[in-house]
Formats: sequence, structure tokens, C-alpha cells
Amino acid sequence: MQDLVPKEYKERNSLVINPVKTCQPIGAMYAALGIHGALPHSHGSQGCCSYHRMHLTKHFREPVVASSSSFTEGASVFGGRANLETALKNIFAVYDPEVVAINTTCLSETIGDDIGSIINGFDVPAGKTIIHASTPSYVGSHITGFSNMVKAVIKQVSEKNEDAKTNNKINLIPGFVDPGDIREIKRILEAMGIDYILFPDQSDVLDTPLDGSYDMYPEGGVTIPELKDTGNSQATIALGEFAASDPAFELEKKHDVKPYTLKSPVGIKATDEFLMQLMKLTGKEVPAEIEKERGQLVDIIADTHHQFHGKKVAVYGDPDIVISLTEFVLSLGMKPVHILTGTPDKKFEETVAEMMESADWKYNLTAGGDLFQLHQWIKNDQVDLLLGNSYGKLVAKQEDVPLVRVGFPILDRSVHSYLPTIGYKGAILLVEKISGALLDRKDRDTDFELIEFVL
Amino acid sequence: MKNNNNAGIEDVLDDVLQSYPAKSMKNRKEHILVKDKKKDKHKIKANTRTIPGIITNRGCAYAGCRGVVLGPLKDVVQLVHGPIGCSYYAWGMRRHQGVAAEGGKNFINYTFSTDMQDSDVVFGGERKLKEAIKEAVEIFNPSTIMITATCPVGLIGDDINNIAKKAEEEYGITVMAFNCEGYKGVSQSAGHHIANNEIMANLVGIEDKELDHKYPINLMGEYNIGGDAFEIERILEKIGYDIVASFSGNGTADQIKYSHEADLNLVQCHRSINYIAEMFEEKYGIPWLKVNFLGVDATIKALRNMAEYFGDPELKERTEKVIAEELAQIEGPLNRYQELFEGKTAFLFVGGSRAHHYQNVFKRIGIETVVAGYEFGHRDDYEGREVIPDIEMTADDRNIPELEVTKDDKKYNMRISKAKKEELQQKMPLDYYEGMIKEMEDGSIVIDDLNHHEHIKLTEALEPDIFCSGIKDKYTSHKMGIFSKQLHSYDYSGPYAGFKGHLQFAEDIAAGILNPSWSYINPPWKDNVELAGTIGGVR
Repeated sequence: MQDLVPKEYKERNSLVINPVKTCQPIGAMYAALGIHGALPHSHGSQGCCSYHRMHLTKHFREPVVASSSSFTEGASVFGGRANLETALKNIFAVYDPEVVAINTTCLSETIGDDIGSIINGFDVPAGKTIIHASTPSYVGSHITGFSNMVKAVIKQVSEKNEDAKTNNKINLIPGFVDPGDIREIKRILEAMGIDYILFPDQSDVLDTPLDGSYDMYPEGGVTIPELKDTGNSQATIALGEFAASDPAFELEKKHDVKPYTLKSPVGIKATDEFLMQLMKLTGKEVPAEIEKERGQLVDIIADTHHQFHGKKVAVYGDPDIVISLTEFVLSLGMKPVHILTGTPDKKFEETVAEMMESADWKYNLTAGGDLFQLHQWIKNDQVDLLLGNSYGKLVAKQEDVPLVRVGFPILDRSVHSYLPTIGYKGAILLVEKISGALLDRKDRDTDFELIEFVL
Repeated sequence: MKNNNNAGIEDVLDDVLQSYPAKSMKNRKEHILVKDKKKDKHKIKANTRTIPGIITNRGCAYAGCRGVVLGPLKDVVQLVHGPIGCSYYAWGMRRHQGVAAEGGKNFINYTFSTDMQDSDVVFGGERKLKEAIKEAVEIFNPSTIMITATCPVGLIGDDINNIAKKAEEEYGITVMAFNCEGYKGVSQSAGHHIANNEIMANLVGIEDKELDHKYPINLMGEYNIGGDAFEIERILEKIGYDIVASFSGNGTADQIKYSHEADLNLVQCHRSINYIAEMFEEKYGIPWLKVNFLGVDATIKALRNMAEYFGDPELKERTEKVIAEELAQIEGPLNRYQELFEGKTAFLFVGGSRAHHYQNVFKRIGIETVVAGYEFGHRDDYEGREVIPDIEMTADDRNIPELEVTKDDKKYNMRISKAKKEELQQKMPLDYYEGMIKEMEDGSIVIDDLNHHEHIKLTEALEPDIFCSGIKDKYTSHKMGIFSKQLHSYDYSGPYAGFKGHLQFAEDIAAGILNPSWSYINPPWKDNVELAGTIGGVR
């Protein structure tokens, strides 16, 4: 029950109720899973690692394997060096990964373990790679952690050829998205004939088939040679300012690879911008096949506009996806009236405010908010639809509003991780979901005498 | 099952162990044994540190305290002091259900955090915690707030106990602090102990209430996962018992305050609540009875023991009547499931009790347990409470304070005489838990703190029909083509307790094992090598 949420606002500066974010390490773990043969390792007490594995497993319904330094009170007092060294020895002996990607936790950050120096003193087996990222749980959110791990990968692995010759590839950082989205991005790139290095790549890692055998390191993931080669690429496209742009800038800083930060290509406008950027950078054309998909999307929106027009919607979740979803619902003729992310970053508010400039209705917008706040907004200004992760079902049920699940995490529905939200195809699927939710509600609320077959 | 003799099993275990570096092998070897009926005693290593880097399923003290023991209390604002993650992950994930008492508040669907930031870690988080308590009081006006500490809190030295004390005075409500930082102890178990101590020291007995109950009992170590407590409550109330308080499934802090008024404590999960049960006896003179409401046979045994404890013929008669009524509804279908499953095997790795509790559940439907292990059990959970004096204290144990309780002069009331207790102890596990191993079959494997590598190796070697653990292992098992049922959360189902629950469990196992998907794993073209076809015409 969410019946204890009052309509009346009371000042709240310290108490967070029902968050729309979680902590950095889970984002780092997810990023690490997109490296081929990698075992994510959590340097802290083992509860963090367990929680993160559980949560990712619930979203993907796939095995998520990671190890921990298993701190005890002693390690917390004397430092975690011995634990990390023992852990690495056991990991290479028992699990034999190609890469170990270490993230820190609030515990190891607070005591100030210097992971870099511990690893420097460790005898890394030949051909193996250790990556480490600083991911304090008390800064930013899981999106920050994702970005920090990808940035660490670039910093520690990417190289540039001595002759500075380009590999004629585009680096592509897809952001904190599902394997289904990554497959769609790759399909678009391949259809355009563009050579690319995409990282991190969780497709074929977190969407593997059931064939009777278990492979701890599935075939997917960006490889270390590919990651090394990112320094030789022509440019980097970062899809999402919050999850993906920092690593792109790191590549510029380190190897002078030009970064281009775009919105996460959810919806027609953001996908258009993505394709235009690809054309500009590579001189390649958008093939007829993709253009046709765009035309189909426009056709669908034109034919069904009456279902969306003027509908009030609340959008919440991670910043990159919320920005693009807001733009998309605007392009459907809907009215976003509550827009919220849990990740604390004012840039989010600036970006959304810019998009909302022509909006002639009042709206609420915040970065660093929680579901309790969103619920109070809705109590004061009701909506027709909620767009966001599974936790919003508490608000949806209490306020009797339909919810379309998009983003992370989705724990109470399945198949989402196999299908794209990104690209024209993704937008068509989103339109189907939004339309279905609105019309199911309309049918439910329509008297039998007025029920219609054609809507 | 491929290996059905002990020699074969020893080979399997050797194979499992040989992948470890020498030191880790030596360590893991002591956590694994094969049940041998010829032996009087089986000694296993448990409740010791997980080796760093070995992929364990274990969680932390915070999870055991906030998540397991405190989480189900409905009327409590569970305020997590720390960075956001710990509160976020404890939100609605354990499937402990709760229905608000009439007129009472239910906070189970909410999660509360101080969302500690880097400046709080540097300058201290006390100001933020105080303000968060104030805001919680202003918005929700709860009767109890429980503050749980996460890793950084202990390190930076925030005095949550003092803040709780002051808040209690200021707002006139119960405010408790739990020093359950994640690094304490070696698993969730430390958190259970910390929660037990604090509840006993500062919640139990702070109110008195005149109860007009004939058979007042407390239900302990039952967390209402998937609604188990609802079903247990239904049966107990049908017989005529009054549940004073539940620790803590579908329970409230308000009830715990006067829970010393009960005449018997029922202990379901020994591991997580035995400390409180023991202290109740010492302080108030209330004995505890080990029960297991999972499985028809275990449930019947528990109900008969309870009736015997109170010794009232009318109660005994009523108990038999309810047992007969409940059995009549499920025995037929349960027998059919038994025929269906006969000869199948299960691999259980769960909890500090459930790997034991579920063995009778499986047995009744024809399924033999071939491997069983606890994630965070202690030696007494495996070997029985008689080994407690022999358990060596480790440095990690010593970091968790032992709470010393003494007889409460005003409230102590010996519920049964010493002689009566001794007589009952001959018949039932009163103040006693026998542990898991005694009930296990010859040749079965007992394994403590199972890890990813051991899970895979043992599954490959033994080919069980069902693997029961948690979500982290579930899909690994599915990839290997073996149905996995979560016994921490019950997946998306339950209740499994009592009579009807047993049938629900059997139905869910049938749905899992018999699901057609397993038969589709091999594509037909892989089996059928001699495909002959013609293109564009008839053959």
C-alpha cells in the first residue's frame, strides 16, 4: 500500500523514500559484464556483490556472476590489500577469466584502499587483464558507476598505434541499455556498412540461449584487443550524456579521438540525430531498409495520434532514458507533466527544460528526486500514464494509473531485455506498449453500451 | 543420480576440490562431508569466513538484520543510514508479506534512506540522520523507527545509538539503532544476532498487557515469505492458539513490546532467532519449542508437540480434528504427486534452516535430497545444539557483542516446572534443535557455504532433478537444463507452509519439472541426422 503518501508537501532534505536510483557499484558490474571473458569483482563486504548480482539477475533472468573481496571487520580496520590479493589468486586459479574488472564500494572507498597500487604489486598471469574503477556508493548513482567503469576501461586499456593511423572505425558507447538495444544499434551500424567498436557489449552475455550447457563466460562482450584499438578509431559516439559521455571524453584526452555525445536514440528525433551523426562521420548513406522503418514509424504515429494527443504522462527513471522518453512523448502529442530522475545532476534539468520550452502547460522537473516525490506530484496533478521502471507500480496501483515499463530495472515483466527501445524499431514497440496501455484502460472504463471494436 | 555409493561420491568431491589452490582446498574440504550412518558424529566447519574471490552466495550483516529479521515488521519505519544502495536493495525483494493491523500503519512497501553523500562521509552523517528522523516523524508519525547502519557508518563513527536515544525522548516514540554494518561477522548470520540482541534489550517487555488468552504463543523465526505466516496463523487460530507476537513475519513492533506475556515460543528458523528464544527463557521463564511448519509431516509433529506442551486434553482433541480436516483436503493430490515424482532427486542450498526443513517436504512427494547445505548456518544447525559448547569462537564472532540477560524479577514466571520440562524433553525438541545431518540419508552430501564452482561441479556429477537455492544460482541451473526453485523467496509463489502449502509446493515443483520447455532444449535437426528432403517436388 502507498496510502501513507500525503497530498500535502512537507519539506524534506534528508529523508529519501522509495528511491529512483541505486548505488555506483551495480552500474560498474553491469558495464564489466559487457567485456568478453570478464569477471566483475566487488572490493568490499560480500553483501554488496550479492545484492548487485541478485538485482541484475532479476532484471535479465540470466546468470550474473561476480566475485567479492569478502571484507570482515579486520579488513575494514587494516585495509583490504590482503583480501584483494587472495581474491585475485583464487579467481585466476578457479574461474580463469580473461579479465577481472574491480569496482570499489563505500567500504573500501571510506577506508581509502589504493587499488591501483595493490594491483601493481600483483603478479598478473600472462595474457590476463585487470581493470579497476573507483565507484564510491555515496556519489552519484548506478549510472555514475557505469560511466566510471567504462571510463576506467578506456583509461587503462585503450592504446594508440605509433604511426597514428586510423582504423577507420567508429567507437560506440551505448550507455546503460539492454542487450536488445545493443543488438539494434549493431544492426543499424551494419546496415549502413560502418565498422565499429561497441563497448560495453552485453549482448550474447545477458541474453544467451538455453541449450543445456552453462558457460560462465558466454561468447559476447567487447574483447581486450578491440578495447585497445579504440584509441585508433575515427571518432567516438556516446549515446547518453550521463552514462556514456565521460568515457568518450577520456578517449579524446588520451588519444585525441573526437567525442560526439548524443541523446540515447529512443524515439524518432533522437534516432534521426543518431543516423545523421553517423552519416556525417562516415559519409555512409542510410539504407532503404532503415528509411522504410522510419516511414513505418511515422505512419503509425500519424494513424494513431488520437490515442496519445493531450494525454498527461509522468516519466521517471535514469537520466538518459528519461530525456529521450520525454522528447518522444512530446513527439507523440502527449504532455509530460512530471519528469524525474534519481540521479543527482542539474544538467538533466537543463536538458529537459530546453525540450519543454514550447510546452504551454505546467510541469514538474527534478534531478535527484524519489518516487515518493513523484507520487505527491501525481496526487496534486493526476496523469493518464506512468512511464518508467517496475517500482512505479506502487504509484500506478495506488493512483489507478496505467504503467508502461521502460528502463531499469524491470523485475515484474519479462522479454524486455531481448527487444529494443532504441531506434525506429524500438520506437514502434514503445508506441505499441503505450497505445496498448492507454486503450486497455479506455476499454476497462468504457460502459458496455459504448464499447467499440475500432479504436 | 549417477553416483549412489559413498566411494563414488568421494571421487566426485575430490574432483570438486582439485580445482582449488592448496590453501583454499584445505579450507573448503572441511565444509563438506558425506553422511555416513555408521558414524556417531559428523563434524563440519561452518560460520567461518568465505575465502575472498570464491564466488559465494552469502550476503552481509546488514542484510541479515534489516532484510531478514527487521524487514517484515509492518508498523516500523526502517530507516537505513548510509548510501542509497543498501536501502534500495532491501526494498520489497524478500517477499515478506504483511497486512496492516486494523487501524495500524503498514510500511512494508516503502524504503527509507538517509542517502549519504560524500560530504556526509567526510564530515559525519549525524546531522542528516537526525533530520531524516524528524522528517519521518512529521510525515508518517510512526510508533517505531529502526535505524540500521551500513558499512561507512561504523567507519566514520556516527553515533546512531545516541541519536536514537535522543530522538526517542524528543518525539515520544520508540527509536532503535542497529549496528549491523555489512562488514561485521562472516555472513547474514551476524546481522540476525545483532537484531536479536537489540530487540531483546530495547523492545521486548517495554510494555505490559493483560491478555485473556488460553494458549498464548509467540511465533519466532517465521518471516511470512510468500504468505507462510498467514497459513500458519490460520491453522493455529483454528486450533485455538493466540499469537501474541511474531518475530517477525506479519508482525509488529507494538506486539513485540508485550511478547513476554506468551506461554510458549515456537522457533521455526533456529539460526536467525535462537538467541532471542534462549534469552526469553532466561529472562521470563518461557521455554521454546523447535517447530517446522514446512511439510505436512513436520507440521503435524509440531502441532502435536504444542498440544502436549500445554497438556490440555481438549486442545489435543481439537488439534487432531484440525489435522484430520486439513489432511483430508490434500492427501489425495499429494499422494498422486508422490507417485509422479518417485525416484527424483533434489539439491538444496538455502538458509540456515530451510535446507533442513524442506527435506521432509520433498520426501513426502517422493523426492530424495542428495545434497543439502546452508548459506549461513552454524555447526549447531548442522550437528545439533549439543555441539554448542565445542564451537570455537573466532575473531569475527567476538566482534558481535553477546547480550547478557538475567532473570526479570517482576516479569519472570516459570511456565512449566523443571521436572515437567525434563519429561517433555524426552518427547519433543523443547529448548533443543537436532540439526540437519541426523535426518539425512546415508551417502548424501552436506556442504556449507556452497559456491559457484561447487554448484556446477556437483550438478554435473549428480544430475539432480531439482536445484533449490536463490536467484543468483537459479538461471545457471536452468542453462544446464535443470529446474531451479528458489527457496529463499519462493520465486513468485507461496504459501508453502502447513497442509495446503505443501500441495501448492508440489504443484509448483510439477509445473517446473514437467514444463515442456525442457524437452525443446535440443533442436530436432540435432537429433535427426538422416534428414532427407526434396526440393520443389514429391519424393
